[in-house]
Amino acid sequence: MKQFVGQNVKRKEDHRLLTGSGKFVADIRIENMVEAAILRSPYAHARIKNIDVSQAKNHEGVLDVIISDDLEGNVKPFTEFVEFTLPPQLEADIKPIIKQNPEPMLAQHKVTFVGQAVAIVLAEDRYIAEDALGLIKVSYEPLPVVTDPYETIKDDAPVIHPHLGNNIQSHFEVKVGNIDHAFSQANHILKTRIKTPRVSGNPLETRGVIAEYQERNQQLDVWSSTQVPFMVRSYLSKLVGLVEGNIRVVAPDVGGGFGPKCAVYPEEIIIPYLAMKYKRPVKWIEDRLEHMQSTRHSRDQVHDVEVAFRNDGTILGLKDQFLLDNGAHNSFALCCAYNSAAHLRGMYHIPNYDITGRIVLTNKTPNVPYRGAGRPEAVYVMDRIIYMIADKLNLDPVEVSMRNFVRPEQMPYETGIFYRDGANMVLENGDYVKSLQQAMKIAGYEEFRQQQEETRKNNKNIGIGFSSYIEGTGIGPFEGAAVKVDSTGHILVGVGSSPHGQSHETTLSQICADVFGVNPEQVSVRAGDTSLLPYGVGTFASRGAVTAGSAVHGASKQLREKFLLIAGEMLGVTIDELEMHSGKVYLKHSPSQFVTLQEIAQAAKPGPRCKVPKGIEPGASATYYFVPPTVTFSSGFHVAVVEVDKETGFVDILRYIVVHDCGRVINPKIVDGQIQGGVAQGIGGALYEEIIYDKNGQLVTGTYMDYLIPTAMEVPEVEMGHQEFLSPHNPIGIKGVGEGGAISPPAAIANAVCDAMRPLKIEINSLPISPNKLRSLIEEAENAESVLK
Amino acid sequence: MSYSNVKIKVNGKVIEKEIESRWLLSDFLRDKLGLTGTHVGCEHGVCGACTVLLNGEPVRSCLMLAVQADGLEVETVESLAEEDGTFHPIQQAFANNHALQCGFCTPGFLMSVKNFMETHPDLPTDDEIREAISGNLCRCTGYSNIIKAVKEAYVLKC
Ligand code: FES
Ligand code: FES
Repeated sequence: MKQFVGQNVKRKEDHRLLTGSGKFVADIRIENMVEAAILRSPYAHARIKNIDVSQAKNHEGVLDVIISDDLEGNVKPFTEFVEFTLPPQLEADIKPIIKQNPEPMLAQHKVTFVGQAVAIVLAEDRYIAEDALGLIKVSYEPLPVVTDPYETIKDDAPVIHPHLGNNIQSHFEVKVGNIDHAFSQANHILKTRIKTPRVSGNPLETRGVIAEYQERNQQLDVWSSTQVPFMVRSYLSKLVGLVEGNIRVVAPDVGGGFGPKCAVYPEEIIIPYLAMKYKRPVKWIEDRLEHMQSTRHSRDQVHDVEVAFRNDGTILGLKDQFLLDNGAHNSFALCCAYNSAAHLRGMYHIPNYDITGRIVLTNKTPNVPYRGAGRPEAVYVMDRIIYMIADKLNLDPVEVSMRNFVRPEQMPYETGIFYRDGANMVLENGDYVKSLQQAMKIAGYEEFRQQQEETRKNNKNIGIGFSSYIEGTGIGPFEGAAVKVDSTGHILVGVGSSPHGQSHETTLSQICADVFGVNPEQVSVRAGDTSLLPYGVGTFASRGAVTAGSAVHGASKQLREKFLLIAGEMLGVTIDELEMHSGKVYLKHSPSQFVTLQEIAQAAKPGPRCKVPKGIEPGASATYYFVPPTVTFSSGFHVAVVEVDKETGFVDILRYIVVHDCGRVINPKIVDGQIQGGVAQGIGGALYEEIIYDKNGQLVTGTYMDYLIPTAMEVPEVEMGHQEFLSPHNPIGIKGVGEGGAISPPAAIANAVCDAMRPLKIEINSLPISPNKLRSLIEEAENAESVLK
Repeated sequence: MSYSNVKIKVNGKVIEKEIESRWLLSDFLRDKLGLTGTHVGCEHGVCGACTVLLNGEPVRSCLMLAVQADGLEVETVESLAEEDGTFHPIQQAFANNHALQCGFCTPGFLMSVKNFMETHPDLPTDDEIREAISGNLCRCTGYSNIIKAVKEAYVLKC
């Protein structure tokens, strides 16, 4: 029987998306709908003395203007997302301090970042709503602004939320081994500060929400461009005080997520509330300027690192004190910060480890996880360090890496810390040595070094850099699937994890099809709708294939078992005399006798003709929740080959290579697509993208003219190599792959640029590597050289 | 508010309507005609998601007023496939090469590529394709499959 897992099955999603008949939130139209526009704060920090909405309210076509007072008592503020609170073991281990900092739905008395929502206009159409925004008069009294993470932790810094006492919102420590001893044994100690800037996920579809309320049955329907419809449902219920079962949240076609849509936003609570209040459907679609200002940003960490190592490059210990500049609010507990702490050692065996993380607040847009969620930051730190050690000892960085790898014979490797899910963090399998060798082989490392020498003579600067990553993927707590066979024999699968480009309809149908021995054409997958299943989590953190895939597998197997039992009753035999393939159940010894899925589904119906064995519920469906024991570790190597124009500081990526292990591959084309797309975002983070605020907290990069997203001119085709170490933590052996592509490019490219500029010693410890930044580094290094001479 | 009469041929059908003069072409197509295949990603002319063909030339429908299209011919993504859903060769090539993930940018790419193929009938180099689509942003695919798709579209067309 042909297996579909592992094959390039063509995407089921494509037809509608290619013909313009997909349905994104903005495409939805409901009769009698009003449109909302949102007035956002022009100040980073200011007291709101007065808001005068009278003129705006009287504007023709305006239904109402809503400010914070109007929500008082009806809509509660966000506090901490319970989904991100820490498990007790972890809490006991790292002793975190996490201060609650509730975020109001609309700014109340004061604003704390540019772009914070202050008022909402509801009007007959968006044009009128925007006209009315201009008629709202807010008088602000500017307050002192803090935008620098180091300034914000000083004693005399303006405190953004006075009830917190200061601007340090969270603090935690992770310790392994004996760091002081390690440092006392070292031949060398290296100290450095490494930064990753604030960036924005920027899905091409902005956020948007539509809500409709039906008084008749108190049903609230919400369409949102979200990665987590179940989370939106639960917070709507909690914060507005609604019966959860009466709320249906749908994420229709979603135009990219990447993390920023993996949160619940004020608009997702207020717009539905207003739809109920005014008994009219309400639509709000974010524009790009709003998106740049108010959709959550990410990264923005500064690490002060010290590494102790031997003459041969063996790392004995690593100390790191880092700050995560979270902007004005944090509802995610330690999410990205702890990910950074847990992943910083990556593939390396570093027995002594001491890390202190602090999440600090500034007058900027709050942060969320973004593709990689704390890992690109950690990997950037670690792999810059590998290169710096190599520099210092005059060794090849490949050699330094090799010396420090967790070796295959050490697997499963206990890291000595807890993962974010509370389980022991264990690297379960993989071969990092081979992975690096494979990457270097594709890159032609030896030949490259020769070529590099020759091009140097012609005053051309080419360089090679690599970076490694491990990533805990497929995090729990669970994901579910409901599989049923309808009376025509067609299989319907509903899952809780909702897609935004990841091809759930295709890959999950491959998994289900294999279990029943049918063609994926015979399986329809639905996702992104809270009415499909009682519980669901979502697509983020490279978890979709692992968790939803395993859930579909589990539910399909359960239903298959049930179908065999029913078929046994129908054919009058026991289940071990039967086998299922090609969508039919056959008698093993007499294959001309069979019943079809359709016939079994008919026989599963309750009633006098029901053939379901006694004691088992009638019906042709099964629901299964997959609860992963813990995460599973994907890994990979990235190699960048670049040419640097010394005169302009321009970096050209000549080649980009990825060797990765994501366990069992369900659909190779889709996996490759995830990697290629992730690398493109990583290249953005390496060379182009940065959210910049001026010292008054004004957003300087509010458009695509200032915030540069790579185009087809900047992204090379990634050359790929694969490893396939099956995960022991799920039935299919999958490891997640969604984020891996984006994790390593900044480190690989920065290392390649440093390599290209040798023998000048330049250290690229911040991003992006823009031409002007690189030019000044080169200039500085040249001046230093001439002074030395 | 000022209003104007417009007469625009959209996907082969003549539309006559009185509209507010300030309406963007993108909003007009999406909201007044229900042609929601044309997407709006940035509304400031950079992302290319809103690209439609105006008298055969690619334009950003978010940067134009609908009244500017008066008397002209507009083609949107909805015009590509046959009535029975059969793909246009460009669409087929995109599907064959996994050249789309979330699909939000896709209509803009398809329209840009259509014009490019019409104006560059000979099989282009990768660099020429890269340049041709460099006015369209895609945040998901990393472009390389789109480039493969464009090459295949040339093959499928003949
Ligand atoms: S929406 Fe028109 S170019 Fe972006
Ligand atoms: S496929 Fe998602 S933006 Fe291009």
